[in-house]
Amino acid sequence: MSKTFDTAVVDRVIDQLGAKPSSTIAILQAVQEEYHYLPQETIPYIAAKIGVSEAQLYGVATFYENFSLEPKGKYIIKVCDGTACHVRKSTPILKALRDELGLSESKKTTDDLNFTVETVACLGACGLAPAMMVNDKVYPSMTPEKAIQLLNELKESL
Amino acid sequence: MKLNNRKELIALRKEYIAARSKELKKILVCTGTGCMASGSMDIYNKLAQLIKDNNIVCELALVKDPHSDDIRMCKTGCTGFCEMGPLVRIEPQGWLYTKVKVEDCDEIIEKTILGGELVERLAYKLNGTVYCERKHIPFYEKQHRMVLEHCGEIDPESIEEYLAVGGYEALEKALFEMTPDEIVQEVSDSNLRGRGGGGFPCGYKWSQVKRQKEFPKYVVCNGDEGDPGAFMDRSVMESDPHRMLEGMLIAAVATGATEAYIYVRAEYPLAVSRLANAIRQAEELGIMGDNILGTNISVHFHINRGAGAFVCGEGSALTGSIEGKRGMPRTKPPRTVEHGLFDKPTVLNNVETFANVADIVKNGAQWYKKIGPENSPGAKTFALSGNVVNAGLIEVPMGTTLREVIYDIGGGMRGGKKFKAVQIGGPSGGCLTEEELDMPLDFDSLKKAGAIIGSGGLVAMDEDTCMVEVARFFMNFTQKESCGKCTPCREGTRRMLEILERIVNGEGRDGDIELLEELSDVISNTALCGLGKTAPSPVVSTIQKFRKEYEAHIYDKRCPAGVCKKLIPIQIDPTLCKGCSKCARGCPVGAITGELKSPYHINPEVCIKCGACITTCPFHAIKEG
Repeated sequence: MSKTFDTAVVDRVIDQLGAKPSSTIAILQAVQEEYHYLPQETIPYIAAKIGVSEAQLYGVATFYENFSLEPKGKYIIKVCDGTACHVRKSTPILKALRDELGLSESKKTTDDLNFTVETVACLGACGLAPAMMVNDKVYPSMTPEKAIQLLNELKESL
Repeated sequence: MKLNNRKELIALRKEYIAARSKELKKILVCTGTGCMASGSMDIYNKLAQLIKDNNIVCELALVKDPHSDDIRMCKTGCTGFCEMGPLVRIEPQGWLYTKVKVEDCDEIIEKTILGGELVERLAYKLNGTVYCERKHIPFYEKQHRMVLEHCGEIDPESIEEYLAVGGYEALEKALFEMTPDEIVQEVSDSNLRGRGGGGFPCGYKWSQVKRQKEFPKYVVCNGDEGDPGAFMDRSVMESDPHRMLEGMLIAAVATGATEAYIYVRAEYPLAVSRLANAIRQAEELGIMGDNILGTNISVHFHINRGAGAFVCGEGSALTGSIEGKRGMPRTKPPRTVEHGLFDKPTVLNNVETFANVADIVKNGAQWYKKIGPENSPGAKTFALSGNVVNAGLIEVPMGTTLREVIYDIGGGMRGGKKFKAVQIGGPSGGCLTEEELDMPLDFDSLKKAGAIIGSGGLVAMDEDTCMVEVARFFMNFTQKESCGKCTPCREGTRRMLEILERIVNGEGRDGDIELLEELSDVISNTALCGLGKTAPSPVVSTIQKFRKEYEAHIYDKRCPAGVCKKLIPIQIDPTLCKGCSKCARGCPVGAITGELKSPYHINPEVCIKCGACITTCPFHAIKEG
């Protein structure tokens, strides 16, 4: 039995999606949804099960922006830095959130694993710029003040 | 219920058309991503509650035999006017309520639904005019909605409603009245050009796939809309998913493909769930899956979620990603039409292209060609955003001028600012200036002007935008998204980004512009895929049109728009300075001089803009700009 992941959970995911190379990305996404990140030890385990080399699977896991081999927070805050949000001043929002949580460009997740703050190239909510997404919910017309207020609400719901 | 033949589909559609025609009084609540983010679901629930409390007879879905007195409340897809959301529309009057809040719901029910009166304060207002009806609002008046025809009209989660607006008629025609050759011919004759950016003739692509002898063949829909500032495809997938699925089915019938894949960006969870729902509904009715409508044609649909790589919008990277590999483009030829997904012949088009197909098959190529210019027929959706008054999703005939889009539909620039440029085509595109405002928007005209239609992102920028910083922004994006396979893109974009960063930080050198031009030339000629080849476009186009801005940054160390922080001089306000000398003592480069008890002065030649003085000044006398 592994420390960082439950083989039963990963087995279930693989059974559902099919133990074949073309399911690679879907499997990694499902495992990540389960753990909020990809525990390193899942890589060789999944690779053997679906019949690809460890190197190839690791290559896929590190190629795509959405996969993280580092633990992520319970709330993943994505500040949109698409063109429309950028010209309507999304940078101060990002800065406010990072300052409040003590995060930076390189340190994206709080030590208590509650919050991750990152940027996203575009949420496609350009009509509501600047926008922000917390987990799967989009928040429109943000300001640094509104972002901090939202953050405080999230903190209370922890 | 499974439909076994054409007759059953026709009968079912007829029933729903009849039912929908009896729905006269409607409350349409927009549940596109934009309005949902602004709280439209709360409004929908509140209205439903109030309807119940007031014992109003109301249907929440299309039922087979409604009374013409009943009210119908419908969750619709995106109507495009996201800026004004949440939007609620009242039929038959056509009244549009904007920025509706939960507190407004009582009044809507009482005044409008029960009393038949307009709640004027919720109507859209512009320059002192109140626009009660949606069709008169300038934002909508100039549009020509084809692909977006049903967006905001029908419930995207209901196949019944899609059938009630003539859905799957084109598929029926393709299956029972046309040969595959005739379908391909019709699409070729229509001159439909790929809406994903390149403008490649769609019919020619299909004919090439049809010609291949190898099986299975695939149809792939590119819904990996990665351009920052673009959300057209998202709206189509979310608001009218069946229209796109119908187009894909027709492509499969025409080319002999049996498997269909939709690749959707991970950032679009609502699109994924609505597509999955639409596929399930169509399978249940026997419109897709095995033996479609009793024929021997079978097409199976799959949804693949992207994992956050812009390069996957490129054909061979996208198919690689579906196969479970890193999304890296490969050398071409062979083209996707010969060796695409799983190395088999593949039709690869984007969402909007597929969404055009059903109308072409249904109404014929001649009908389609009457809209827009001959070589770029049809309409095009644009995501209008940035510093315009009315941001949102629009659709206009190809050939509409930029001026009409920005001023008539977009309502001009916000806050009365001056128009500077519009960035079109995202990180692969270029910018158009004041002088090009009267240019028609179509594939060929834009190419001549050094820009591309791209997928259709239009970001309007006002006088407060620094074009060098915009170029840096896009280069930063492409550099991050470069997959790293070919050297010109991997190394070249990084070098270009370094130079641009240097310039906006006030460290630009003589010769930087020329170096950028040289790098641009090499990268666009030698990179492996479209991402690399077009990566320098924003730089080339801004140098071409705003060379003076680059020069001001490099030679005068000045940012004319006042955006680049490092180039904004730090000054001491002599009326606030008490001459305490604290700043001068703290300055790491000795740029501040003066005499005690009289105002100090910063020497801009020496100052490195570190900002140390700003924080140390006890009298807040030192400021940027």
